[in-house]
Amino acid sequence: MSTLLLTEDETMLQDAARGFLDGAAPVSHFRKLRDAGQTHDAKLWAEMAQMGWTGVLVPEDAGGSDMGHAAAGVLAGELGKTLVTSPFISTAVIAATALRQVATDRARDALAAIADGSVIYGLAVDEGAKHDPDATQLEAKADGNGFRLSGTKGFVVDGSNADRLLVLAKTDAGLTLFDLPADREGITRTGQNMVDARDAAQVTFDNVQATGDDVLGSVDDAMTVLKPALEAGQAALSAEMLGLSAGAFAMTVGYLKERKQFGVEIGRFQALQHRAAHLWSETEITLSAVRHAGRKLDEDPNNATLAVSLAKARATQTAKLAVIEGVQMHGGIGMTDDFDMGFFMKRARVATEWLGDYGYHAAKVAAARGF
Amino acid sequence: MSDDALNAFRAEVRTWLEENCPQEMRDGASGEDAIVWGGRNWTFKSEAQKLWLERMADKGWTVPTWPVEYGGAGMDRAHHKILLDEMRKMGARVPLQSFGIWMLGPALLAFGTHEQKLQYLPPIARGEVRWCQGYSEPGAGSDLASVQTKAESDGDHYVVNGQKIWTSYADKADCIFALVRTDRDAPKHLGITFLLIDMETPGVSTKPIRLISGKSPFCETFFDDVRVPKANVVGTENRGWDVAKHLLTHEREMISGGGQGLLGGRPLGAVLNEQDGGLTDPVLRAEAMACEIDALAVALTLERYKDQAESGGGVGDASAMLKYAGTELNKRRHELMMSAGGADALMWDGKHDGLAADWLRTKANSIEGGTSEVMLSIISRRVLGLPA
Ligand SMILES: Cc1cc2nc3c(=O)[nH]c(=O)nc-3n(C[C@H](O)[C@H](O)[C@H](O)COP(=O)(O)OP(=O)(O)OC[C@H]3O[C@@H](n4cnc5c(N)ncnc54)[C@H](O)[C@@H]3O)c2cc1C
Ligand SMILES: Cc1cc2nc3c(=O)[nH]c(=O)nc-3n(C[C@H](O)[C@H](O)[C@H](O)COP(=O)(O)OP(=O)(O)OC[C@H]3O[C@@H](n4cnc5c(N)ncnc54)[C@H](O)[C@@H]3O)c2cc1C
Repeated sequence: MSTLLLTEDETMLQDAARGFLDGAAPVSHFRKLRDAGQTHDAKLWAEMAQMGWTGVLVPEDAGGSDMGHAAAGVLAGELGKTLVTSPFISTAVIAATALRQVATDRARDALAAIADGSVIYGLAVDEGAKHDPDATQLEAKADGNGFRLSGTKGFVVDGSNADRLLVLAKTDAGLTLFDLPADREGITRTGQNMVDARDAAQVTFDNVQATGDDVLGSVDDAMTVLKPALEAGQAALSAEMLGLSAGAFAMTVGYLKERKQFGVEIGRFQALQHRAAHLWSETEITLSAVRHAGRKLDEDPNNATLAVSLAKARATQTAKLAVIEGVQMHGGIGMTDDFDMGFFMKRARVATEWLGDYGYHAAKVAAARGF
Repeated sequence: MSDDALNAFRAEVRTWLEENCPQEMRDGASGEDAIVWGGRNWTFKSEAQKLWLERMADKGWTVPTWPVEYGGAGMDRAHHKILLDEMRKMGARVPLQSFGIWMLGPALLAFGTHEQKLQYLPPIARGEVRWCQGYSEPGAGSDLASVQTKAESDGDHYVVNGQKIWTSYADKADCIFALVRTDRDAPKHLGITFLLIDMETPGVSTKPIRLISGKSPFCETFFDDVRVPKANVVGTENRGWDVAKHLLTHEREMISGGGQGLLGGRPLGAVLNEQDGGLTDPVLRAEAMACEIDALAVALTLERYKDQAESGGGVGDASAMLKYAGTELNKRRHELMMSAGGADALMWDGKHDGLAADWLRTKANSIEGGTSEVMLSIISRRVLGLPA
């Protein structure tokens, strides 16, 4: 396996991404969207498509840049640093990975649409308060040659903005994944008022009609398609969380150097220095787990579960620490809405729950390690 | 390096190990009894142990990354990884471990003259000379630059007087690398010299100190008018702090790896399962899971930093982070193992032979080579740039 260092290409991608985002989408950009009640920036998404980011996991013959999961992680990390609002993970990572698992013309066309930025996907998997694909209750009842879907999905990230939905449903002998247009008759989407001011919807399915063509992969066998997609999403989300940890940490260290109390910079107090040093250590250690997950998905995708869950477990813990310390070390100002730290805290909380929290992924690590 | 060439190397290594590693040396043992420290007075525990060391030393594989002319095999990291990997697969014991390999060697490679390298490195590689580390003093622990042991010039010799403490294996070592003060008037970092001293020189004496683990691997070391040739200075006079710091980064990296080594890379869950027959306590299980997650991530981080060092990026002050994280983790793992063992782990011997002593020994990990607090201060100043 390649090393956990960035390759030259990845470093260039990272620098380019940072340069672009510092201009086009600093945290103040997110604040503007939030203040305007918006959860999507179509112009930004189009630019991301232009640069080949939306096609990062789309094969070249479908118009993608096909740079791989490690590169997707590099991008997600940079997006995380300034809390960029975009459907990158649900569309360019999760949906693209799912679509790649099937070799149909429809899937190829969908991949091409992801690469050119003309489609947004949402992933409709979870129904309860915790990520748990196996607990799916939404039913797709056989109906002639097709199906009828009924049930409710919650926490569908990017669900309000999505053009299409990947929907996990219970069928006769297992679970089946459907790829449906979001405006199909019987589908109702209700945007949720999320703490992180990003898009997540509740989606109800009322006797929604689907054909065999709408099935992604095979009937009763969702996981062949969905498992790699979830893992890709979890790895990219870990990278985003590490990015947001780094973003929050940079603010915190900056503040320690600048804020004076008792006549000196507060960064002179060892009580804060050691906590900052500990936090930096945690960030460095999580970085290794995040890079490792990307490499595993690129080089040995069928055996990536441990690596991915390790990354997500570590990323949730590190992000939590980074934002808690971030607010604490800023004192009163850290608690104010005018200051950005709260945004990082809220995004970290949402990202922690999405696609499995610490407990969910710790259990996967334990299973993989034979506990 | 192409994959083909690396694969060919792997095959070559495997064949060589198959043909040359004695059966008794394939049990993967890494406990105190299995360690070969080498030295003038070393007695091998078996003929196989001796043969294994000789064969590995002949290949340069006791110190694979050192240059060939100094007793190594000149391997880069890709090849070194393969060698370690094949040895681990076979359960081959590490043929030789020593402070010479971990600490003095890297410092000499960076700061020694060609003559010094030729003189000191091959005997380290062959396990013929055993070294100990004379840094700490009663008044100079974390504040290492306050060392007072003095070396006064007398022609082409120094006369050394003073005391070191916590000198691991000073009573077993042949030689000591010591920090001595050669300029009392200079600022404390700028009056220190890195000096190599033969323990057989008249005036050197040691007194063992017993550890809480019941063992006694470290000593007080006394210097009483000890005459040392000036040719034994590594680097330049009064600039020993640079050498000392370089060496410490290697020491820290070595100590930080302890967390993996002590379990032989085995998952914590498996080890705990053996100990309490099923890891049924949900609280312990959850703690073990968390510990395993951190252990895996720390191990990956060690790898990443080794790759970075190899690619010329250097590890530098980040070694403080590896040391801090690795040692705190190792303490956590041993607390969990003791918990899993329950009353059965409370005896010095018996079912969990050696565990109690190991558990106690790990408490030193976050002290030796610089304490955790000192590591955090290093990170804070040098990595984060916080004001001192
Ligand atoms: C919700 C809320 C309500 C409040 N209500 C009131 C109110 O009603 N009346 C009022 O007067 N004030 C109020 N405050 C202000 C509050 O008392 C201050 O925020 C608090 O004293 C911290 O001061 P600071 O914000 O200036 O942070 P700073 O003093 O700048 O502290 C920043 C960070 O540095 C740390 N730090 C500072 N000095 C040291 C040191 N010597 N050693 C180690 N660490 C140090 C702090 O612990 C903190 O983590 C309120 C604050 C909040 C958030
Ligand atoms: C098993 C073992 C083997 C050893 N082997 C060797 C050896 O072979 N050769 C050798 O030279 N030395 C050796 N040492 C010594 C070791 O390097 C020292 O013990 C260590 O550097 C700490 O010094 P000290 O014991 O004087 O503690 P002190 O420096 O007195 O520290 C006491 C406590 O205060 C804390 N502290 C000190 N300064 C600060 C600060 N500025 N900020 C915050 N906290 C601080 C420390 O972290 C520690 O918790 C060994 C030690 C042990 C335990």
